[in-house]
Amino acid sequence: MSDADSVIEVRGFSAWYGTHAALEDVSLDVLAGEILGIIGPAGGGKSTFLRSLNRLNDLQANFRSSGTIRYLGLDLADPRVDVARLRRRIGMVFAVPVPLPGTIRDNLALGPSFNGTRADLPALMEKTLRAAYLWDEVKDRLGMSAFSLSGGQQQRLCLARTLMMEPDVLLLDEPCSGLDPISTAKIEDALEELKKEVTVVLVTNNVMQASRVADRTAFFLQGRLVECGPTAQLFLTPKETVTNEYVSGRFG
Amino acid sequence: MSSLPPAAEDLFLRPRSVLLERIVEWTIRSSAFVVIAALVLIFVFVGKEALPILTSSAVHEEVDLVRMVAPLESGGFSWQPVSTVPKYSLLPLFLGTLKVTLVALLFAIPVALGAAIFTSEFAPQGIREVLKPVVELLAGIPSVVVGFFALMVLATWLQDAFGLLLRLNAITAGLGLAVAVIPIVYTVAEDALTAVPQVFRDGSFALGANRWQTAWRVVLPAAMPGVFAACVLGAGRAFGETMIVLMSSGNAPTVSLDPTESFRSFSATIAAELGEAVHGGPHYHVLFFLGAFLFVVTFGLNLAGHWYVGRLRDKMQGKSRLASRGGGR
Repeated sequence: MSDADSVIEVRGFSAWYGTHAALEDVSLDVLAGEILGIIGPAGGGKSTFLRSLNRLNDLQANFRSSGTIRYLGLDLADPRVDVARLRRRIGMVFAVPVPLPGTIRDNLALGPSFNGTRADLPALMEKTLRAAYLWDEVKDRLGMSAFSLSGGQQQRLCLARTLMMEPDVLLLDEPCSGLDPISTAKIEDALEELKKEVTVVLVTNNVMQASRVADRTAFFLQGRLVECGPTAQLFLTPKETVTNEYVSGRFG
Repeated sequence: MSSLPPAAEDLFLRPRSVLLERIVEWTIRSSAFVVIAALVLIFVFVGKEALPILTSSAVHEEVDLVRMVAPLESGGFSWQPVSTVPKYSLLPLFLGTLKVTLVALLFAIPVALGAAIFTSEFAPQGIREVLKPVVELLAGIPSVVVGFFALMVLATWLQDAFGLLLRLNAITAGLGLAVAVIPIVYTVAEDALTAVPQVFRDGSFALGANRWQTAWRVVLPAAMPGVFAACVLGAGRAFGETMIVLMSSGNAPTVSLDPTESFRSFSATIAAELGEAVHGGPHYHVLFFLGAFLFVVTFGLNLAGHWYVGRLRDKMQGKSRLASRGGGR
């Protein structure tokens, strides 16, 4: 391990869908306790990168990759790794809220039930719903269908559901892309609190969101990592002109 | 009018396209009408031939509704429409139909749903592309062929395997019937499972579920309305299927729920006896009455299934809850 503070180390990672190269030679560290923002135009490989960190791309039939991704020093491609267990440690929230069939309570209990844990569920539910800034809105109707919530509430439910597994790392794939400004603000507030306990990797289409919440920001363009640095530096004094053009809104 | 520029004039409806549109619309409308009319006319015809059971005094001399349901004067229940004192108890036929339908569904639904889950969630792409058409081909086997197989092969196997007294019984016929039911349940259920959006699976895997947990706890519940509809369709088919049951049931109208005994179903009774019944006689009308009953039950089953599926779907999308909450304010 080169850096004692790294939770995830990505080295020379490339990925393909069939013959289409989605990522080329990406090397990047995710540091413990930070919010790492990932920005860049659509099709730049942001989501592919994120989905490689919990091996969700394995489900794609024609996905291939090379290079290594280490989590706590463990190579994720090691055949002995139990992917299901890994995904409980490295949780993920998607761009589109994905409430699963059933009540709010069912949704929250799902992750722990996969795990077979007998944790104190009601207490954990309250804790995670509070962390996702949703508790006050749903505390009296946990038995209602998860589909009856608004889009913003559904997304916060998905966040709470992921937190139910008490993950180390939280991967967020454009979690606010379909949400109104108020829901977005609530999720951003939640992230500020959460980073005390978990490491967050936040992919976002909204450059300003990265500047608001990320400690460090990485800029992806056409499958390559252009640069990565402390957020203020990346926005104010980027090393590459193309980064400057993107963050100042000249293309995107 | 003439002041409009040519680019605007160009937007007026052409008489030719209006006419064409009308013709197409009326063709489609009348084909839909023909289908509905056929359904209604079948029901009217069957109902007309069944009605004398309730209204005709000539028929009532031999049989009426009470005598079809209540125990016979001679005691017990029996179906002997061509004996010197004709007996028309429905109970033996009802029990026969019930037990063969239950045996068929008990066997067909787990197998069909298991196969559907395997196909949509576990099978590699190549196997999936072969499996589905092959199972659907099963639906194309004429039921007389399945009946023959049940009669000649299945009956012997089952008798040897379980040491049954009678070759032709509800187990034999039920398994034969399952061959006809499985493809229907399978194909509708598989469509429902495949239609579950990929994001549900991703969401489940991201929560640390394995493939079994994803299939059982997430995909199946999400597909429940369609899966339920598949089972109802299968039940309707099992209830009304004639030839397989006629050939492999033994056709003995016994009063028994024992699946190892021979039996007779409503549908097989109609098929076997209608050709022999005197046109317009009591027996003839009784058989049409059975037909009307079958029609109503399968129709009702489909209707109830349709209603329940709609309710299930609303519930899953939280509609009914939202509606009731909105009404409260």
